[in-house]
Order: sequence, then structure tokens, then C-alpha cells
Amino acid sequence: MLTLQEVVETIKMVQEENLDIRTITMGISLRDCADPNPRAARQKIYDKITRLAGNLVKTGEEIEREYGLPIVNKRISVTPIAIVAESCNTGNFADFARTLDEAAAAVGVNFIGGFSALVHKGFTAADHRLIDSIPEALATTERVCSSVNVATTKAGINMDAVYRMGHIIKKTAELTADRDSIGCAKLVVFANVPEDNPFMAGAFHGVGEPECVINVGVSGPGVVKNAVRTAKGADFGVLAETVKKTAFKITRMGELVGRTAARKLGVPFGIVDISLAPTPAVGDSVAEILECMGLERCGTHGTTAALALLNDAVKKGGAMASSYVGGLSGAFIPVSEDAGMIRAAEAGSLTLDKLEALTCVCSVGLDMIAVPGDTPPETIAAIIADEAAIGIINKKTTAVRLIPAAGKKAGDYVEFGGLLGRAPVMPVKPFSAGEFVRRGGRIPAPINSLTN
Amino acid sequence: MLSQVKKEEPKGNRIIVTVIGPDRVGIIAGVAQVLADNNINILDISQTILQEFLVMVMVADMSASPIDMATLKEKLAGKGREIGVRIDAQHEDVFKFMHRI
Repeated sequence: MLTLQEVVETIKMVQEENLDIRTITMGISLRDCADPNPRAARQKIYDKITRLAGNLVKTGEEIEREYGLPIVNKRISVTPIAIVAESCNTGNFADFARTLDEAAAAVGVNFIGGFSALVHKGFTAADHRLIDSIPEALATTERVCSSVNVATTKAGINMDAVYRMGHIIKKTAELTADRDSIGCAKLVVFANVPEDNPFMAGAFHGVGEPECVINVGVSGPGVVKNAVRTAKGADFGVLAETVKKTAFKITRMGELVGRTAARKLGVPFGIVDISLAPTPAVGDSVAEILECMGLERCGTHGTTAALALLNDAVKKGGAMASSYVGGLSGAFIPVSEDAGMIRAAEAGSLTLDKLEALTCVCSVGLDMIAVPGDTPPETIAAIIADEAAIGIINKKTTAVRLIPAAGKKAGDYVEFGGLLGRAPVMPVKPFSAGEFVRRGGRIPAPINSLTN
Repeated sequence: MLSQVKKEEPKGNRIIVTVIGPDRVGIIAGVAQVLADNNINILDISQTILQEFLVMVMVADMSASPIDMATLKEKLAGKGREIGVRIDAQHEDVFKFMHRI
């Protein structure tokens, strides 16, 4: 039943086109670790993570060997710490971040997500404490990722949280100034955050999730790019069909790996996130897919339409391949992590304005974008507010991961190395939004009829 | 092409070995030797010439083999370098899951 062509196609995808399983993320509920004594709570957290995830990395490597498929990251997401630590009589939650960091190091994962708070409608006392401790938490840990959800379609936008996050991002940048403000690469501000997303930095284990679960993120921009290349000159129907079929095959791999990992670890299988996530490696770029569709440079006119087609076709193919598709599912457009995006930004084709437009049709939002170090917190908050507005009006997830690179100006570079890559610092508008973002309160939830 | 061995339910630990490279004498012998040395049973072989390149696909059962997949891949890659072709092995499930609903 398997044909020679099919066998060769699979081999080619893995060997030449960088098909990989981007991440296996174990979601762990920490709700039962709450304790008024912070020391006791942290001990429970450490014990639970190391107990449940002790075999995660080993199992991942086993599957890699067995199937010959690279699994790039093994990661952990946990219940938002603002919820777990709510009852602790401590002012500073950064200690919890350090506990997460130690647990992550002990089991050998490279990132742990969940130093998070959900404040789309308002803050609890613990939410305030958690958000205030984010800069210190990210500056004093290696592996901890943090996210804050500031808006949903049903609640509107918590503008107090948006303004606050403008300051938090700036402070995080300053505390990690010696490393190109890398702390900000581990901090995401969300609207409509999904609770089962396996991709960092926005991963956390939502309150509707089971005790422990395995979520998988697949990625194959290289594979899709080569498929798109074969459809050169074909009309859009054929192009969409080509992407769809490829996404189906990529997602099947995720489903196989996810189910195998869940079985071996004895925990339920959650979802496959069928996102195209780029890496800085040549050939593993979402921007290059768009360029292969016939755009001279990513960011030029037509890019939004091309990305919309790509995103939708990926979802259609993936939805057929797995019954449990979740997370963010679509195309990621992080600037620093995508060789094609970096080139487009350098050439001036890709600007912050165009990126904002692209976020209306991509899976996340303004991701891994370096802006000048002297960008005021009000401007960062205004950028977050714009993105959140796109999210709540369009009933989609949007996110902002901006890096106000301390001491750098437009045209300079930040270098993170590894998967986080490098990025040219992009200019922001010089006009203030201070009076607007300082108003405070909540932007009301949008009406769901009269959709124009 | 491989239909005759695919009808039955998969037993043991079946792998698919692929060889891609310029055609020459001794390729099958070389690959078969590596498999035999490691107690891996060949179930089926098919091959074709694609634009003067030999593409060979072997289905084999490694359930009785003392070595693991990673070691086998290394050994095959080494043999490939020796005879000037690219040899790789992957678990059968990878192919079946990708192409069959």
C-alpha cells in the first residue's frame, strides 16, 4: 500500500526540509500545591513537577530514536502561578519563578511556562503581586516564561493591565540590559489566550485542563515552502490545496508523536498545535513561504492576503489530520526567529505597521520585535492595546512580545542566539499615546452582531 | 509495490530502509550485510531508477535485533559513506501514519 514515492517524500521532508516536532509540552496542574506557607508551596511545586516530568526528556529522546524524527524541545507548562500562589502570605512571587527554574533544570527541559496571570476583567491581589515580580523573575531565572492575558472578546480590554505591562516590559528590559534585554523574549502579553498552547513563551496549563497532559506542537515551514515551490504559476485553488495536503501530513506526524509520548508517559494526550513556527535556520522560514508564493519581499503589498491563505490552508489540512487540534494553530511570524522576516525588516519592506496588519490573519501577533530602548512605556502599552483590540474584535488570539532593547536605537541589532535568533531594532512612531493609555479602566467587550 | 507485505497487521518492530544514490554494483549486498550482521530480517525490497539515481526501499523487521534504531542508523549511514550512497532507516509507523488515514 505504501508507494515508493510516499516513502521518498517522507524521507525528504525529514532530511532536507527540516520537518520536525517542534515541542512536546507536558501540562501540569499545580492547583493542589497551594499552601499559605510559601516555602511549603514551593516545595510541593518542585516535587510535583520533578515527579511527573522526570521521564519527559528521556521519553522524548526515545521517540526520536524510534521514529527518526527530531523533537526539538521538551517543555513544561504549569497552572498560572498567580492562582497557585494566591493564598501564600508573601509579597514577592519571584521565589516561585526560581523554584520553577530549578525544577525545569532538574528534569532537563529548556523552558517552563506558567509564571502567568489572567487579568482580562480585573486583578486579584495575587495578580498584582505576580505582575510586579515579573521583571525580577525573568532576570533571575534562565528557563521561566511569563505571560499575562489582558483582554478577551467577552470581557473587553483591561487597560489598567495594558498600561501596567508597558512598564513591566520596560523594567524587564532594563534588568536584563546586559544580555540584549533577553528577559522580554520570555514575556508575552495576550488577548484571548488559549489554555492548551504548547508553544513558549505563552504556554501555561489552563484551569479547564486535566491534572497532567501532553500537548504537541508541530512545525514544518521548510516542507510547506517546498510544496509551494512545486505549485509555481498555479492558481490560488491549487496553491491552497497544496498547502492543505502538506499541513495534513505534517500534522499526522504530530499526532503520532503526541499519542506515543502520552502512552509511554501514562498521561492523557491533549492537542496537536498545527502551527508553522520558523527557526533562524535557513529554509525554515514562514516569510520564505510567502515569498515563494510570488512576493518579491515579505511585507510588500499582497503579504496579508498571502498569509491569510497560508494560515487558513494550514488549519484546514491540520483539522482533518487530528481530531484534537488546539493551541494557536496557524502561522507564527516572530521577526527575530525567522531568517526571511529579518531580511525583509532590513530591506525596509517589513515595518511595524505591516506586521500589525499581518497579525489580523496570523496565529499570534507582534512577536519577537525589537524596538528602541528609549521607547516610552506608554507607547509599548499603546502597541499592546492596538493588538488586543484586533484580537477581541476579530475573536482571535493576539499577543505582543516586544523587546525595548536597552541602550539600542533603530537600525541596531539584538542577538539572542539559538532559537530566539537576532533582530534589527525597528522604529516606533515618535508621537505619544500617553493621555490615551493613562485613562485606565476597561475598554468594553465588543458587540457580536453588526459585524462590519 | 510493497503491497504484499503491507496487508497483514504490523508485527514486531518493522522499519523502512531507504537508499538513494548513483547506481553501482554491490549496494544491495552492502545494505543487506549490515542488516544481517545485526539480526534484522529483510521482508521486502523494491527499487527504481529516478533520473539515473537508484532509489531502493527495504522493509525489514528488527524485533530480534540486539541494537536500537539510533545505532542502526549510524551503521547504515557509515556503510552509505563507504559505497557512495545515502542510506537511512525509519520506523514504519512514520510512513503509515503520514500517508494513510
